[in-house]
Amino acid sequence: MSAPEMIDAQRVLTSRQMAIYRFTRNPAALVGAVIVVSVVIAAIFAPLLAPSPESAGSFVDFRNRHAAPSWEHWMGTDNVGRDVFSRVLYGFRVSLGLVVGVLGVAVPFGVILGLVAGYFGGWTETIIMRFTDIMLALPPLAMALAITAVLSPNLVNAMIAITLLWWTWHTRLIYRIVKAQMNEDYVEAAQVAGASHFHILFRELLPNCISAIAVKISLDAGFVILFGASLSFLGLGIQPPTPDLGTMVATGAEYMPEMWWQAVMPGLAILYAILGFNLLGDGLRDMLDVEL
Amino acid sequence: MLLYLIRRGASLFIVLFGLAILIFVIARIVPGDPARIALGPLATAEQVTDLRAEMGLDEPFFIQLGTYLSGLAQGDLGKSLLTSRPVMDDILGALPATFELVVFTLVIQIVISIPLGILAAVYRNTWVDNVIRVVSLVGIVTPGFVLAILLQLSAAMYFGFFPITGRIDPSIMFDADITGLLLVDGLIKGRPDVVGDALRHLFLPAIALAAGGIGQVVRITRSAMIEVASRDFIEASRAYGIPERVVRFRYMLRVAAVAPLTILGLEFASLIGNAFIVEFVFSWPGIASYGVRTILQKDLNAVIGVVLVSGVFFVVANLTIDIILGLLDPRHRLREGKSK
Repeated sequence: MSAPEMIDAQRVLTSRQMAIYRFTRNPAALVGAVIVVSVVIAAIFAPLLAPSPESAGSFVDFRNRHAAPSWEHWMGTDNVGRDVFSRVLYGFRVSLGLVVGVLGVAVPFGVILGLVAGYFGGWTETIIMRFTDIMLALPPLAMALAITAVLSPNLVNAMIAITLLWWTWHTRLIYRIVKAQMNEDYVEAAQVAGASHFHILFRELLPNCISAIAVKISLDAGFVILFGASLSFLGLGIQPPTPDLGTMVATGAEYMPEMWWQAVMPGLAILYAILGFNLLGDGLRDMLDVEL
Repeated sequence: MLLYLIRRGASLFIVLFGLAILIFVIARIVPGDPARIALGPLATAEQVTDLRAEMGLDEPFFIQLGTYLSGLAQGDLGKSLLTSRPVMDDILGALPATFELVVFTLVIQIVISIPLGILAAVYRNTWVDNVIRVVSLVGIVTPGFVLAILLQLSAAMYFGFFPITGRIDPSIMFDADITGLLLVDGLIKGRPDVVGDALRHLFLPAIALAAGGIGQVVRITRSAMIEVASRDFIEASRAYGIPERVVRFRYMLRVAAVAPLTILGLEFASLIGNAFIVEFVFSWPGIASYGVRTILQKDLNAVIGVVLVSGVFFVVANLTIDIILGLLDPRHRLREGKSK
């Protein structure tokens, strides 16, 4: 072995450099990151990127209906002549909006409950965790269907229904981590030093949960997209003419198998987004070395 | 072991009881009058008042809850507004179809995923492993309804052998009146044509339903086998000259099986939820189809019933897995016993 390599091997990497090194050496994680970035860009810049932005609404062009994929319409057109590719771009917008809406509420709520249950123990713990267990025993899709149906189906209610069910997973995850952390010296040190409960919960314990939360959010994002699309697919989520990928698959399925692109293209778009978030989440898990 | 079972059984009742109350409360606190919702905007005020009285909605909340729970204890879930039959009868009528689909799916999952997981672990980091890992990833990330539609599409276009809707060919005269399961009743009554046709109908929905779980279980089995392979007792057994086959399938698998079994239990429980999608696509006459129909009609009694029955499914599946784990690994029994 030559001298420069020896020196190189002895160079000490910081944990952050080590993590980034591990991430860039993981092709699957990189692919995931690229996919997620492309979906986010598509969602943000949909009006600029879409070849036919008017297709996002209740635009009709009956002369061009059921057109097969071509140079002009990459993914063909639907039953009223709207460009499927444009609608898919806008569909990413709706899906990501759902993800932000659901996780923006469910994650903080679930994390705080988990922290509180794990830290205080006793009756607080029993009540929170028993309630979480019952919520986890509910079949999620059936519950979400029931809630959206009772509230009348639309984007906001779908968001509410999914949020109501989603926080439980974060509560259980954080609870488990905090329970393990409670035996660590730093918690006791903070207590002895007279730190407030608030300080220990949010300045001592929470930072130790951040990497687990990050991984969980990335994996969750894909499943929220899937969940929302499943609701709309059954006609109980986002309603037309909002370009939702699940609704597009359901409507397109009526024209199968001849006009397959109307259902298959949005379906593949959902698959693409979920794949991206999954690969990214797995990559982050390896990089940050957390167990969920 | 008996004490363990009793304890787990008791906690099952507590969870189910909580579940029933929770669902009832959710259904009652939502804005809107269930009677008005059920009758639609065109009904007169008088009709709404009558229906409210009939449904017991004019009683105070806690009386309603009490009536509901005591009815529930006797297996009465109220009347369906959609079919005007007792919800329990409707659900019992639809349950065998779902049960058959879900159990068949679980069998497919076990038969495919455990051997694939072992194979991937044994041939770790070779092309065999890579192919298996990519396939399981695709299984995990493909939404159930997309896969269902793709399967339907390819069946319709390329292989007509598998029917794309329904549970059995309508031209076959058969009354599944023993268990309600076509495969079982067909076998009991000695009707191979029924069994064959039911299997053909089961195939596509079961594959669509199984894919996600197969991916998960393959991954878990693979990593569990790899982890166990590095333990000392495996090294020791090899050193004693115990045949490799015995080491792999008797010693390693028994320890490694705990993780995939847990996931399979969770998977089995979530199958009933995912069945909503698959039954919808394949027009499968099960409880999920009934659920979607009653949800669209805002038939609240039936909706509560469906959610409750799927909840029972979920909880019982988890309990069964706990018991199996307790049998496989005595530490599991003790740990559960101490913490509760």
